[in-house]
Amino acid sequence: MLELRINGEARQVDVEPDTPLLWVLRDTLGLTGTKFGCGVAACGACTVHLDGEAVRSCVIPVSAVAGKEITTIEGLGAKGLHPVQQAWIAHQVPQCGYCQPGMIMASAALLAKNPRPSEADLDAALSNICRCGTYGRVKKAMRAVAGRKGG
Amino acid sequence: MSGPKNKSRRRFFIAVALVGGGLLVGYALRGRDRLARVPAFARGGKAFALNGWVKIGPDGTVTVAVPHQEMGQGITTALPMLVAEELDADWSTVRAEQAPVDKIYGNMVVLGDSLPFDPDDRGAFASALRWVAHKASETLGLMVTGGSTSVRDGWEPMRVAGASAREMLVAVAAKRWNTAPAECFTDAGYVLRRGSGEKLGYGELAAEAAQLEPPRKPKLKARADYKLIGTPAPRLDTPAKVDGSAQFGIDVRLPHMLYAAIRQCPVFGGALKAYDAAKLRGLPGFKAAVPVLGGVAVVADSWWRAKRALDQLEITWDEGPHAALDSGAIFAQYGRDLEHGKATTYAERGDAVGALAKAAKVVEAEYRVPFLAHATMEPMNCTARFGNGRCEVWAPNQSPTLVQWVASRAASVDFGSVTVHTTFLGGGFGRRAEMDYVVQAVTVAKAVPGTPVKLVWSREEDIRHDTYRPAAISKFRAALDGAGAPLAWWNRIVGPSVTRSFMDRLLPWGGMDYPPDKTNAEGADDLPYELANLRVEHVLSKTPVPVGFWRSVGHSYNAFFTECFLDELAAAAGKDPYQFRRGLLATHPRHLRVLATAAEKAGWGTTPAPGIGRGIALHASFRAIVAQVAEVSVTDKGEVRVQRVVCAVDCGTAINPDTIAAQMESGIVFGLTAALYGEITLDKGRIEQANFPDYRMLRLADMPEAETHIVESGAALGGIGEVGTPPIAPAVANAVFAATGKRVRSLPIRASELARG
Repeated sequence: MLELRINGEARQVDVEPDTPLLWVLRDTLGLTGTKFGCGVAACGACTVHLDGEAVRSCVIPVSAVAGKEITTIEGLGAKGLHPVQQAWIAHQVPQCGYCQPGMIMASAALLAKNPRPSEADLDAALSNICRCGTYGRVKKAMRAVAGRKGG
Repeated sequence: MSGPKNKSRRRFFIAVALVGGGLLVGYALRGRDRLARVPAFARGGKAFALNGWVKIGPDGTVTVAVPHQEMGQGITTALPMLVAEELDADWSTVRAEQAPVDKIYGNMVVLGDSLPFDPDDRGAFASALRWVAHKASETLGLMVTGGSTSVRDGWEPMRVAGASAREMLVAVAAKRWNTAPAECFTDAGYVLRRGSGEKLGYGELAAEAAQLEPPRKPKLKARADYKLIGTPAPRLDTPAKVDGSAQFGIDVRLPHMLYAAIRQCPVFGGALKAYDAAKLRGLPGFKAAVPVLGGVAVVADSWWRAKRALDQLEITWDEGPHAALDSGAIFAQYGRDLEHGKATTYAERGDAVGALAKAAKVVEAEYRVPFLAHATMEPMNCTARFGNGRCEVWAPNQSPTLVQWVASRAASVDFGSVTVHTTFLGGGFGRRAEMDYVVQAVTVAKAVPGTPVKLVWSREEDIRHDTYRPAAISKFRAALDGAGAPLAWWNRIVGPSVTRSFMDRLLPWGGMDYPPDKTNAEGADDLPYELANLRVEHVLSKTPVPVGFWRSVGHSYNAFFTECFLDELAAAAGKDPYQFRRGLLATHPRHLRVLATAAEKAGWGTTPAPGIGRGIALHASFRAIVAQVAEVSVTDKGEVRVQRVVCAVDCGTAINPDTIAAQMESGIVFGLTAALYGEITLDKGRIEQANFPDYRMLRLADMPEAETHIVESGAALGGIGEVGTPPIAPAVANAVFAATGKRVRSLPIRASELARG
């Protein structure tokens, strides 16, 4: 048994310790908002927060996250939509929507550390793949959030 | 515009007769039945079905059945807008629901579009075949999303459904007020009584209205009266897509569900020979190994456990006859077929060959494109449950009707015993019109009766077992007169047939005689330019590589070929590429306006910033016209960066302008990924790429500034989901020429060929 802290709650899971966090979230705990895209940390669809940092959960063994605070897309807006989620609605960002939980988690983690990211900061931090090509709208939404945060 | 030759016509009739006779007998659907209530839509929840497309709850919530599948293109917003417009619904109360499989929801335009004729060909033969296709569509009731047909398909029945429901609500209100329907009007979810201030919400009227017979010929609004159509209404699926609650196929969870991972034969044309599952017994959660279409699946109580067990499974493959095939051999075959293969003429005007023989100045070039994978973000997956003579399937798919057919075949039960649930699609792009993953999931489910199983492919399987955009080559010869005007245009394309490959996979008997595949020459045989002597041919060159519908299909390469060669012709004529195109569009005012809009908004004719090259391309597909101007910079090492794209589009009537802009941005990114990075290659019969590290995608850091300008022409509806993709590769390639003086004749664009010094 491993004890995990996910979205502010303690959860017990009985899985092999090398199981990637992604599959524990999706299959064991039913938190399917976090997506499987590549399995090799190349696309970012599985991005969650580990103690506030954006990480790619498809390559992190669950044994490595015990005792850390894990936040998934389900937890991000649990107490009202996060400003990133609001901006995503205002700018009508999602198309198929599959990569968006990961894109939103990466964006929220960036803003938490760097409330006024430059274009270069966005380029560096948001390396998630979106096959629908929502990148232009992601940038616009992020510029809006960053502007609002700066007053 | 000439059609295919007589022999081909006969073959086409044979094909239609086979499809019509073999699959469709006994599925008659008369047009007037399209408003029928569909039980699977009507039941569930507390809403009242007014017809097969609209149900209204006591709280006034309007639920619209959407027969097309949402894969990002915004169809679960655009189609409800059509209903809501005629219903006078309050948009904030409108919801979309995936329509169940039923013939009333069949796509009535996609088969007609597949015919090998110009949409403007009004000749008797083309018209007759179009009629046959329409009748076949009615008979079939084939629900399919593809060919950018969804809005065109929904335009008539969904507006009629909304208007019919509105008349029913008005009838009930009029009866309650003891007045005539003419004394009532509707607005934002209410029926109002003229001159009285009285009003009744749709939710208060729905139960009684649902008892009425739907009017078959309701009065539709004049376009001038539209309040919703043409506005950027917010998408209905956005909230669920930002909070993680949107349900994709891969998210399906059922009680006692098992999971399956799959490995397919690495060589095309090979097969599973043997495997030894004995060693897997005792592994945590392992349940079974099951031979399936293309390979073997391992079932366990979690996907990760299934995958780990699969990794340990010793599999022996019969690699079949193609284990030595590589990309070089395929292109060498294309080269031979270009010179010696049997060409089918797709378009002919005047005497191109004769004019070329006499011409003083001839321009020649040969182009090529590679195979491409779809790489939808959501890997292929399907969940199935089999038992008690029934089969239930949950799948992100582009054709619920086909899912029902192939599931019934795989499960050996009749159509009616198969229930299909269509989830959101994490990307489609044509890949999810294929049915391989459905057959596999049903096969696995049969091995564990009564227990649902979710099959999920790894990304590696997804990249290596796709149905690829065909690799193709295209050769051009054109002649210019002394003033630089084109005298002749000859074009021969070589590649495999997507439609043939698809049908061979789909139809149980396979190998039937097919007509020429329209997709081979689409975008090359229907050029808008005035070219008096023109001949466009295609040579079918089959390969063992399965090919499929990839966003914009034949247009995806023919636009690159034709618009780059036209640019070469302009340069040879010493003319500006924009002005050169203008000069050939005198009889195509819509194309001219789209081209001019993109050029003007991009500042064509002004001097670009230092180091920037500007390129232009125009391409019509799926009854829409798109022009794009790209601005690129090229480093000394030959690396291309696309800085800005200006896009103009005429898709007839704009339903939701924000969706159109989003689809243009999407099409540009999809086409840019292919132009800059996309290449699937073979060695030893195997696909060499496996995952995103070696099948590169455009990312945010590579994203150009992109802007879209909608040119409203009021013409008949056109498509939007695919049409933004074709012009971007030639616009960028032409911009690279402007920046470097080097022609790009092969995709993807290679830095090594553009590096200086």
